[in-house]
Amino acid sequence: MRLNNKIFFIVLIIILLLVLIAAIALGAVQILPSEMMSALMHWFKGEQSNSIYENVFLQLRLPRVLLCAITGAILAVSGVLMQGLFRNPVVEPGLIGTSAGAAFGASIVFSLSPFMSPLFKTVLGPFLVPVFAFMGGLAATYLVYSLAKNNKRVSILPLLLVGMAINAIGLSGVGLMTYIARDPQARSITFWNLGTFSGASWFQVLVTGMVALVCIYISFRQAKKLNVLLLGEQEAGYLGVEVNKLKTGILIVNTAMVSVATAFVGVIAFMGLIVPHVLRLLIGSDNRKLIPASIIMGALLLTLADMGARLLLAPAEMPIGIITSIIGAPLYIFLLKKYHFNQNHL
Amino acid sequence: MMISAEQINYSIGHKNILNNISIQFLPGRCNLIIGPNGSGKSTLIKLLSGELDNYDGRIMYNSSDIKTFTKLKLAASRAVLSQQTELGFPMTVEEVVMLGRNPHFEFNPSKKDIEIVKEVIALLDLNSFIDRNYQTLSGGEKQRVHYARVLAQIWESPKGEQRYLFLDEPLNNLDIYYQELFLSIAVSLLNETTTLIGVVHDINIALRYADQLSFLKEGAIIKNGAPEKIVDAILIKEVFNVDTQIIAHPATGKPIVLF
Repeated sequence: MRLNNKIFFIVLIIILLLVLIAAIALGAVQILPSEMMSALMHWFKGEQSNSIYENVFLQLRLPRVLLCAITGAILAVSGVLMQGLFRNPVVEPGLIGTSAGAAFGASIVFSLSPFMSPLFKTVLGPFLVPVFAFMGGLAATYLVYSLAKNNKRVSILPLLLVGMAINAIGLSGVGLMTYIARDPQARSITFWNLGTFSGASWFQVLVTGMVALVCIYISFRQAKKLNVLLLGEQEAGYLGVEVNKLKTGILIVNTAMVSVATAFVGVIAFMGLIVPHVLRLLIGSDNRKLIPASIIMGALLLTLADMGARLLLAPAEMPIGIITSIIGAPLYIFLLKKYHFNQNHL
Repeated sequence: MMISAEQINYSIGHKNILNNISIQFLPGRCNLIIGPNGSGKSTLIKLLSGELDNYDGRIMYNSSDIKTFTKLKLAASRAVLSQQTELGFPMTVEEVVMLGRNPHFEFNPSKKDIEIVKEVIALLDLNSFIDRNYQTLSGGEKQRVHYARVLAQIWESPKGEQRYLFLDEPLNNLDIYYQELFLSIAVSLLNETTTLIGVVHDINIALRYADQLSFLKEGAIIKNGAPEKIVDAILIKEVFNVDTQIIAHPATGKPIVLF
């Protein structure tokens, strides 16, 4: 059964807007829509507001919800891209090393930045963390990809097994970095392992948003070619797709956006698995529809998950990865069982 | 106006797959290749169609070396039906056939693309399958979907422009009705701007349809020409190592091999 596309997109967008407003309103401090409006007016006119509610809204809640929505979109689109690339529904950035590698790269900065040359730090400025995350994510993804490759083919079992090993290396690296960190500000291993949006800032929203915009746009332009790739690399070649170029390009933009998001919020597993799976059931496998729909649904679901993380144990807060894993891990097992356990050619 | 291979050698590691192959394929004729398992038929198709390019020798499309074409340019006029193609995700039959139009539209298919897809779907009796999930089809039905996709790719033949159709063992999984349909469709497309090169397994089907039949063994062409002129029991014995008798078809007079 396929849904009417237009209605589906409109409904999805409306739900997203409602969830975003709810996520901004609810929390330790409740913010009324009227306060949101007046805070935005003050900000627009460049005035300083004394209202604690308006400040909570502008400095804490809004950047947090936005960062969460952008990250959700990134992870969901990344799931679509990687699954299309490997032609397999059980692949996502948390499983093939990208996130763990990015976390390792970012954690190096937090722990070892006192030892880095000041010139280096000045050149990269505030982009030090995202750049290291990107290098870590790219190295890990490339390593997994090339180790799992056999005779030009990437089979899924080696991919997941090597991914597991590289994940372990990445997260031990993170563990080591947090252990030797002298900086009391250094993030905890729990942060990296399970993710949180509690430290969201406007700077992070801006950087992640810009990277997401560019990377998702580039991927969307390749949606038609990604559709052809569903036939396999040889057939895609016969249909005029430069497969190696396409794969390299997609891997790079995918790694870039996942790494930047991971650098700021830690590893959030399984989002890239859940969203594409649900969407394929609802609207089919056409990447021209799947990518835009993933942006909206990814933002929607991760914002809901973050609300859960903030509200379920209030006033305490739990890492968001716990929630995504509770939902995502069973789905992962289901997909593995459905697609692979009964096939001999794993 | 033709496809020609000039002194092609191809090897994987130290194993020679194709040895010094020189052959020409003319448009408007049914060019078929036959040979035992592992004789290099599929490899030859992959070379001639531009999928593999690490060979020695030259492959020319008319007067241009195939290596000078971009993949997209080649794909606009050359289509290949492979032995087996699997899909990673559920797609409808219509969506799969539309993938064949990839070289002809930028992002969204035009009206013309949609019309062509409808036409080839009807041609292959797939009308009742249009919205079916490809993955739920039988082997033969899947093969029909891919044939439709491949035909859609080179369906329109712009005036004066050449088009090329490669079929790599297209008849696997098909009952005799669809075997006939597949080849008669291919033959019906033939004209002075359409070149067909196919690999078939069944010697009698090859004899029936081929205008030019090439016998391949251990990576070399043993014999090449019009079937009624070249085929005899000695040749079949040499290529396939099977003793046979050859008789004439009572209606057409074409040779038939009896096992």
